Amino acid sequence: MRAWRLYAAVAVGGFRRYATYRVATAAGVFTNTVFGLILAYTYIALWDERPGLGGYDQAQAVTYVWVGQGLLAVVAVLGGGFEDELIERIRTGDIAVDLYRPADLQAWWLAADLGRAAFQLLGRGVLPMVFGGLVFQLALPSDAGTWLAFIVTVLLGILVSFALRYLVALAAFWFMDGAGVQQLAVLAGIFFSGMTLPLNAFPGALGELARALPWSALMQAPADVLLGERTGLALLRTYAFQAAWAVGLLAVGRLVQSAATRRVVVQGG
Amino acid sequence: MLDGLRAYRLIAWMWIRSTMAYRASFAMTLFGNFAGTVLDFVAILLMFSRVDELGGYSFGEVAFLYGLSSAAFGLADLTLGSMERLGQRVRDGTFDTLLVRPAPVLAQVAADRFALRRLGRITQGLLVLGYALAVVDIEWTPLKVLLMPVMVVSGAGIFAAVFVAGGAFQFVAQDAAQVQSAFTYGGTTLLQYPPTVFAKDLVRGVTFVLPLAFVNWLPALYVLGLPYPLDLPEWVAFLSPLVAVVCCGLAGLAWRTGLRSYRSTGS
Repeated sequence: MRAWRLYAAVAVGGFRRYATYRVATAAGVFTNTVFGLILAYTYIALWDERPGLGGYDQAQAVTYVWVGQGLLAVVAVLGGGFEDELIERIRTGDIAVDLYRPADLQAWWLAADLGRAAFQLLGRGVLPMVFGGLVFQLALPSDAGTWLAFIVTVLLGILVSFALRYLVALAAFWFMDGAGVQQLAVLAGIFFSGMTLPLNAFPGALGELARALPWSALMQAPADVLLGERTGLALLRTYAFQAAWAVGLLAVGRLVQSAATRRVVVQGG
Repeated sequence: MLDGLRAYRLIAWMWIRSTMAYRASFAMTLFGNFAGTVLDFVAILLMFSRVDELGGYSFGEVAFLYGLSSAAFGLADLTLGSMERLGQRVRDGTFDTLLVRPAPVLAQVAADRFALRRLGRITQGLLVLGYALAVVDIEWTPLKVLLMPVMVVSGAGIFAAVFVAGGAFQFVAQDAAQVQSAFTYGGTTLLQYPPTVFAKDLVRGVTFVLPLAFVNWLPALYVLGLPYPLDLPEWVAFLSPLVAVVCCGLAGLAWRTGLRSYRSTGS
């Protein structure tokens, strides 16, 4: 019970911390809106040429763009969040202090990241979507059930994203600086999350691979749920897919963490 | 001016030497920069795996626009990409140290953390441009040949102005580096696609207000022999150098105004 209260406080702290970056949030909304505009027009041209590409009609494709821009910061496709700080703590050795705290390292950072994501959803998720709705014809659902199902997939997406970034951060225990690994992870995230092009529109085997990788849980899955592409059994399968990646990657994170912390003890910090 | 260039060269050289101390790490980040820029071209490749044309343009024609935009932006990013960090420096107070040094502030900010890895983007842009030149049928004239390097350098000048103006803006809004990205990265992304894709008002905006259209759209369409957006006369293709000079002048003014309005955070 006390542990829960601790992590809840950490999450609230994460939320409030990002809430103080007001100008940065406004700037982020502006950037998401500009990129949303550019992408929306290119998708319209693409779907003009090839109606029904990836199983979307044009309105769905444009909606996909704005959902994607809204979720970009929430599921941290471009990184940025706790991992920079964690890597810095590993590099400087401050991590040794963290390990003595009566809190679980992974749960601590997860709680902080959930707080961050909740703020980003409100701060950077809503406005680009509203702008997109004003300029373009969007295909948004009108029933509360779909929105609720969407929120659940977003939450699962955040878990997968956290688990991936936690592994990236832990890599700093082995590499002098985490920059190279971080860079690779961001590249994979941009490409395989469906941020540049919906994974449904990827051709052949590449598409199948992309849809099976964990990054598709970040953006493609929530977007498909909101667009009404996955209902009933398909919705449950989506949840199972995301949850499986989340549990699997979090478990790997724990294993790596215990290997890494043994390393700290051996090295003496 | 000469002072600034000399300071820039010295600081940039210092950063090059410091990155070269870790050659393996440098090679990795250079590759990462290259791979990162390749990925957004792969997105265009994927689109063309599903369609033959985008906005009436063939793959080669889009590659031509892409290569020019990427090379011009890459040049500006190599020389001035560090301007992004200005807001950070203002916030944490380290900007003050630049003010007391006996060298132009703009040169110091621009050369700060000079990163040779940014050659990755230029390389990629030039490769795509080379590919486009090989596959697209262009009726070459001496004028068109001359226009090619002129447009890349002028385009870099226009993007450079955007970087400097963005830096000036960060004096006012310290925490708004992302607004700058919207115009720099957003600008180059916009120019990678045909103008026919976008709404007329947007094209008007990037022609007459923030004249990014002069980076590649207008000169490139002259080279390709394709119709201009907005029914402009043919000679506008040759205005890029002039537009670049005017933009840089305005950006310089904005920079001075920003610098004069600077108040230290005191931290």
